[in-house]
Amino acid sequence: MSTVLEVQGLEKSFGGIRAVDGVSFEVREGEILGLIGPNGSGKSTLFNCILGQLTPSAGEVRIDGRSINGKRPCQLNRLGVGRTFQLLQVFPQLTVRENLILAGQEHQASMWSRLVGRRDAGLGPAADRMIEFFRLTQLAEERAGALSYGQQKLLDVAMAFMAGPRLVLLDEPAGGVNPTMLAGLRERLREINAAQRATFVVIEHNMEFVMALCTRVLVLAEGRIIAEGAPSEIRANRAVIEAYLGG
Amino acid sequence: MKKVFFAVLIIALIAAPFGLKPYGIYLLSLWVVMTIAAIGLNLTLGYAGQVSLAQGSFVGIGAYAAALLTTTGWPLWSAFLLAIALSLVIGWVLGYPALRVQHHYLAFVTLAFATLVFLVLRNEEWLTKGVYGITGIPRPTLFGWSTKGPIPFYFFCLGVLALVSAGAWWLVRSPWGRAFTALRENAIRADSLGVDTRRYTLMAFAIGSAIGGIAGVLYAPLIQFIEPTAFNLNLSLNLLLMVMVGGSGYFLGPFLGAAVSVLLPEWMRFGSEGLYLIFYGAAVMVLMAFCPSGLLGLAERARRLVK
Repeated sequence: MSTVLEVQGLEKSFGGIRAVDGVSFEVREGEILGLIGPNGSGKSTLFNCILGQLTPSAGEVRIDGRSINGKRPCQLNRLGVGRTFQLLQVFPQLTVRENLILAGQEHQASMWSRLVGRRDAGLGPAADRMIEFFRLTQLAEERAGALSYGQQKLLDVAMAFMAGPRLVLLDEPAGGVNPTMLAGLRERLREINAAQRATFVVIEHNMEFVMALCTRVLVLAEGRIIAEGAPSEIRANRAVIEAYLGG
Repeated sequence: MKKVFFAVLIIALIAAPFGLKPYGIYLLSLWVVMTIAAIGLNLTLGYAGQVSLAQGSFVGIGAYAAALLTTTGWPLWSAFLLAIALSLVIGWVLGYPALRVQHHYLAFVTLAFATLVFLVLRNEEWLTKGVYGITGIPRPTLFGWSTKGPIPFYFFCLGVLALVSAGAWWLVRSPWGRAFTALRENAIRADSLGVDTRRYTLMAFAIGSAIGGIAGVLYAPLIQFIEPTAFNLNLSLNLLLMVMVGGSGYFLGPFLGAAVSVLLPEWMRFGSEGLYLIFYGAAVMVLMAFCPSGLLGLAERARRLVK
């Protein structure tokens, strides 16, 4: 399996605080990597550095062997990198279907042809399939802002997959989702992973969700990786238990 | 239902000038011109969420392009081309600050630009004739059809409004319109989905400004005399008022907002013993305080309540 994402010596400081401190890891194709750690351990900062939302103080990020340092989020998206955010990020005034079409439209043809071409940018059927896949069929024409939190979370995740990304970084996808919907979300993510060989990096506080979904887990504390391994190894790791419970 | 509404609206617009005195037709024509300018601002502000206090300046740029060209024998269509090109380029450049600042900071940047344009129009007398203005701006003749009279010129303006409306309708329903909405609602998320928010921000300014330029090209032959104060900050604020009162981000908002701003004060003038501007101002204040999404936002709220 080829390496999709390589992070080497990544650092990010805010004034005197080093939020990410020399983090290095690799993610291989088709892998579901969990990224866990206590609050303030630097997980979201690490995500934002990888995805161009923040400029790293040092280090390098490579996708498929190409350095992506300095690339803007929209450029990364066109390279096949999708993401979700910790806080819900859908477009409330657009319908569910329009949210999904928007999430894929910039990958369709040229800018000019998007103006003069079809209103759905040829993505209507793909959006409908995604709506069905995420069990949102009854809500397709509803405004996203009118959906429940859990439904919006599903839509948020679905949007990250509309452009058929190779690598998706999911920031707390289970946050605020009820247990029934959570099981569904986990199944959907597994199915996409199997069907598209899509690679995931998942930040999550819900340990049950992480341990059931991920093939490998990295643990971050105070901006550094303190443990790495299979979910069963991480569960029994003394350093991890101490980082979470204090010691 | 929508089709019936639009059919009635079109028939009303065609029938409106007949039976009106020249001043009434002038007001209707002014409403058409201001609606076009407000459509441009609605694209920039209402759909793409970029605050601009400079739309009146683009109306000025278009008006001066028309005045300078047509008074020296050039046809009006050449003024349309020049005004669109100038406004497009200047609007694009004006969009750059929006890549760094937003909201009231951006408003101040555009305010400074509006002041700059006003000073150029007033002080560069070699080009603009300064405070003396430009007189004798002719109305065009199209394929042998003279628009010199008030009714033909109204229909000419109405034709341009129809073209601009059709273009704006197409734009806001296209993937570009969806990207503009995404830019307004959540630029960071839009960026993460591949929407080049920088390019769309610049385009929102450029297209909105170009439509302002088109309005200016009609304004000059409508009044037949232009001078700088017509395009100072008051016009920009008035256009902002039109967009906000009508309903920012609603396609019909500029039509309604321009009617409130241009036609309503004239209608209220009769029988109000000179107090009409006080009533008008109070009505706008109440509307903005209780329904910041404007008249069409109010209508939508009412529709949801009925549902």
